[in-house]
Amino acid sequence: MSGADSKAAGGALKEAAVAALITLALCTPIIMFRTDSDVNTGQLELTWRPLAVLIFMALAFFGRLAMLTWGLRPARAKAAPRVGAPTGVAAFFSYVIGPIGLIFLFVYPAVVVWYLGPGGALKWVDSYGIQILIYVMLGWGLNIVVGLAGLLDLGYVAFYAVGAYAYTLLAINFGLSFWICLPIAGILAACWGMILGFPVLRLRGDYLAIVTLAFGEIIRTILVNWTAFSGGTAGISSIPKITFFGLRFADVDDGFDAYFGMDYSPIHGKLFLYYVILGLALITNLASLRLRRLPIGRAWEALREDEIACRSLGINTTNTKLTAFALGAFFGGLAGSFFAVRQGFISPESFTFNESATILAIVVLGGMGSQIGVALAAITLIGGFEMLRELDFIHSLWFDLEIGVGFVVFMAAGLLSHRWLTAALAGLLALLLAHIVLAQGLANVFQVYAPPVYAMQQSVVAFLNAQLPWLYNYQLDFDPTQYRGLIFGFAMVVMMVVRPRGFVSTRSPSIYLTRRTAVAGDLVKEGHG
Amino acid sequence: MRWKTDPLLVVESLTMRFGGLVAVNNLSFDVGRGDITALIGPNGAGKTTVFNCVTGFYKPTEGRLALARSGRADRDAVEKLTRSSARFARQGDNELYLLERMPGHLIAHHAKVARTFQNIRLFQGMTVLENIMVAHHNVLMKASGMTVLGLVGAPHYRKTEAWAVDRGKYWLNKIGLIDRADDPAGELPYGAQRRLEIARAMCADPVLLCLDEPAAGLNPRESLELNALLNSIRDDHAVSILLIEHDMSVVMKISDHVVVLDYGTKISDGTPEEVRNDPKVIAAYLGVADAEEFAEIEAEIHA
Repeated sequence: MSGADSKAAGGALKEAAVAALITLALCTPIIMFRTDSDVNTGQLELTWRPLAVLIFMALAFFGRLAMLTWGLRPARAKAAPRVGAPTGVAAFFSYVIGPIGLIFLFVYPAVVVWYLGPGGALKWVDSYGIQILIYVMLGWGLNIVVGLAGLLDLGYVAFYAVGAYAYTLLAINFGLSFWICLPIAGILAACWGMILGFPVLRLRGDYLAIVTLAFGEIIRTILVNWTAFSGGTAGISSIPKITFFGLRFADVDDGFDAYFGMDYSPIHGKLFLYYVILGLALITNLASLRLRRLPIGRAWEALREDEIACRSLGINTTNTKLTAFALGAFFGGLAGSFFAVRQGFISPESFTFNESATILAIVVLGGMGSQIGVALAAITLIGGFEMLRELDFIHSLWFDLEIGVGFVVFMAAGLLSHRWLTAALAGLLALLLAHIVLAQGLANVFQVYAPPVYAMQQSVVAFLNAQLPWLYNYQLDFDPTQYRGLIFGFAMVVMMVVRPRGFVSTRSPSIYLTRRTAVAGDLVKEGHG
Repeated sequence: MRWKTDPLLVVESLTMRFGGLVAVNNLSFDVGRGDITALIGPNGAGKTTVFNCVTGFYKPTEGRLALARSGRADRDAVEKLTRSSARFARQGDNELYLLERMPGHLIAHHAKVARTFQNIRLFQGMTVLENIMVAHHNVLMKASGMTVLGLVGAPHYRKTEAWAVDRGKYWLNKIGLIDRADDPAGELPYGAQRRLEIARAMCADPVLLCLDEPAAGLNPRESLELNALLNSIRDDHAVSILLIEHDMSVVMKISDHVVVLDYGTKISDGTPEEVRNDPKVIAAYLGVADAEEFAEIEAEIHA
C-alpha cells in the first residue's frame, strides 16, 4: 500500500469514527432510554438500552467507512451522465414491464384468493391491492401537474378531499348512486383545481409550492370548522356502500351474493372494489398517455421546459396551466370519491398534508413524468410501508444474526474486491449459508426433502450449541416493527442518492420520425414549480 | 426603400422605462414588408428591449407598434384603430394589429410575430421533432377540437398532425437536422441549436420573424449558412425579418435596412451603405463623440 493510500485509509477511519460519535450524541436522548408503564402499578419505568445505541453507532461507523471505501459519495464519483436510450436488459425490461404489470394487476386478486382462500386474501386485496391502486391513481393524477407541466403542487390532497366529500354529501343528501356521483365529484374537483390555478398562475418555484400547500390546508380547515356542512372533526360515517347494478354487497336476501346464488363472503365486495379502482387508475393512465401525445400534453411539457419560449410560439400559458391543474384535480376527485365509498367513513383527518407529501413522494420517486415509474413508486412506498408492519417474522428467522454474518462477509469481500457486485454476492451467499446453519424453519424442509443435508445441518447446529451456547441464546432487545419509519426513510435516502431522478430517469418522446430515443433525465427540466 | 413605401411594422415614439432608467427613448422606425431589417448598436443600447416590446414580453411605457399583417399600414387606419379600444382591425384584405395592446402569446398567435432568443430557448428535454410540433400548437389545438376530438383520435386531427410533421420535416431538411429529428434538442451542438430555434419559430407561421443575435457563437462557415437560410426565408417564404446582430459580416451582407441605436435612441437609419458611412455610427461604435475627444482619451491612457 502506498503512502497516499494509507493516509486515505486513516482519514476514512477518522471520519467514520466521527460519524459514530455523532450517532452517539444523537442516539443518547432518542434511543438510549425507553419508558414503559408498569402493568401492575401503572408507573413509568425507565429502561436503559446501551446495546441498541452501540448497534447504531456500529452501523454508522461501518456505513460511513463503506461509503468512503467504495466511493459511494453522491455524484462526485460518477463522471459522465448517462445519455441516450437504455440498452440491452434495461431496454427489454422497459418494453415488457407495462404489459406484464397489467396482466399481473388483473390476475393478482384471483391468485391471492386461490392461494390464501377468501378469508386470508381479504387483507391482500384490501390493504395492499386497493390501497396501493388508490395511490397509483393519485400519483398518475398528480403526475400531470408536477411531472408533465412542472408545477409543484403541495396541496393535491385538497382535490382528493373535494372528491370524497362531494360523493359523501351527494349520496347522503340526495341519494345519488356512486356511479352518478363519480363524474360530478371529478368535475367539482376540477373546478377547485381551476380556482386554485388562477391565483397561482404568476407564481413560480417556492412561492407556488407554498400557496398550493396553503390551499390544501384551507380546504381541510374548512372541513374541520364548517360542522353543519361536513360534520367537522367527527367526520361522516355510514356513507352508502358501492353497489353492483343496484345489488348490495351484504349478507341480505337481495344482495349480490344471494342474487348469484353464492354464499355471502366479504371478499366479493372487496374484489369488486379492486377492479373498480383498477379501472379508474387505468383510465387515468390511458388519458395521461394520450394527452401527452396531443398538443395540450406537448404544451405542458414545453411549459415545464421553458415558459418564455412557449409564449413566443403563441401558446396561452394561462390556459395550459389551468388545464393541467384542472385535469390533475379531476383525477384526484375521482380517487377521492372512490376512497369515500370504500372506507364508508371520512373525516378531515384523512386529508392532511402528510397525504399530499406521500403522493408527491410517489411522483418524485417514480421519476417525474414517467407512468410506470410512478406505479412502481406507489407499490414501493405504500406496499413497502405496509410490508414493514409484518416484520414479526424476523425474530423467527434469527434475522439479526444472519444479517450480521452476511454484513461482515459483505464488508470483508468489499474491502478485498473493491467492487460492489462481488461484495453484494458474497454477502448474499453468506446470508444464505447463515440461514442454512441457523434457521430452524429451513431445517424442516431439509428433513423432508434432503435428509443428508438435514443431518449435516443438525450436527453443525449441535456442535455450535455445545461450543458456543451464547450464539443461540442471543436475542436482541430490538423490535424492528417500531423502526418502520426509520427503516423506510433510510431506504428512501439511499434511493435518492443512488438514483436522484427517480426509478425511471429517462423521458420517452411523444412522437418520433424513425426511432424512439429516450431522452436522458439530465436534459429534462424539473419545471419552475 | 420598401420600409418607406410598404411598411409591415410601424414603430412610433416607443419609450420603455424601468424605474428611472430609460432603456428606449422615443424611438421610431419602420420595418419593410419582405425586408431583412437589422437593429444594431453597442451593448446596452436597448435593442433587446425593443424586441421584447415588439413581441409582447414587455408592455411599452409609451408608443405605438402597428403591424399590418396583410394589406397596408395606412396612416388613417392606424389612427382610427388607435382611437378605438380594439387590439386589431380587419377590413377586407387589411389586417392591422396594435402590438402594444396585446399579450405576448396573442402577438405570436394572431399578429404572427415569432422570435428567437439571445440565449437559446429550446425545449432541451424534448426531441428536435417535438420542438417543431410544439410550434404548431395553435393549429393542432384547433384541429384536435381543443383536445376533445384528439382524445378519441378523430381523423381530421390525425391528418393535421401528419401535415405538421411533414412541414417539420421540410424545415429540418432545410437546416440539415433531419437525421437528428429524434434526438433531444439539448444534445445538439450550439450552431444546430441556433438553426433549430429559427426553424421552430418559422413553424409558428410568422409574417415577421424577430431574431435576437442569430449569429452569436457561430463559426464563419456557420455564419455563411445562416445568411443563406435567412435569405431563403425572406425570398422563398415571404417572411420579413427583424434581427439584432453584432456580426457586421452578417448585417452588411444580408440586410436591406439597418437601424442603429445608441443609449435607447435612434442615431441612424438607412441602407447598409448609408449607415456604414454615417459618422455618428462610427463614433458610437468607437465609444466617443468625436475624433478630438478620442485623441484626448488616448493621451490620457498613455500618460
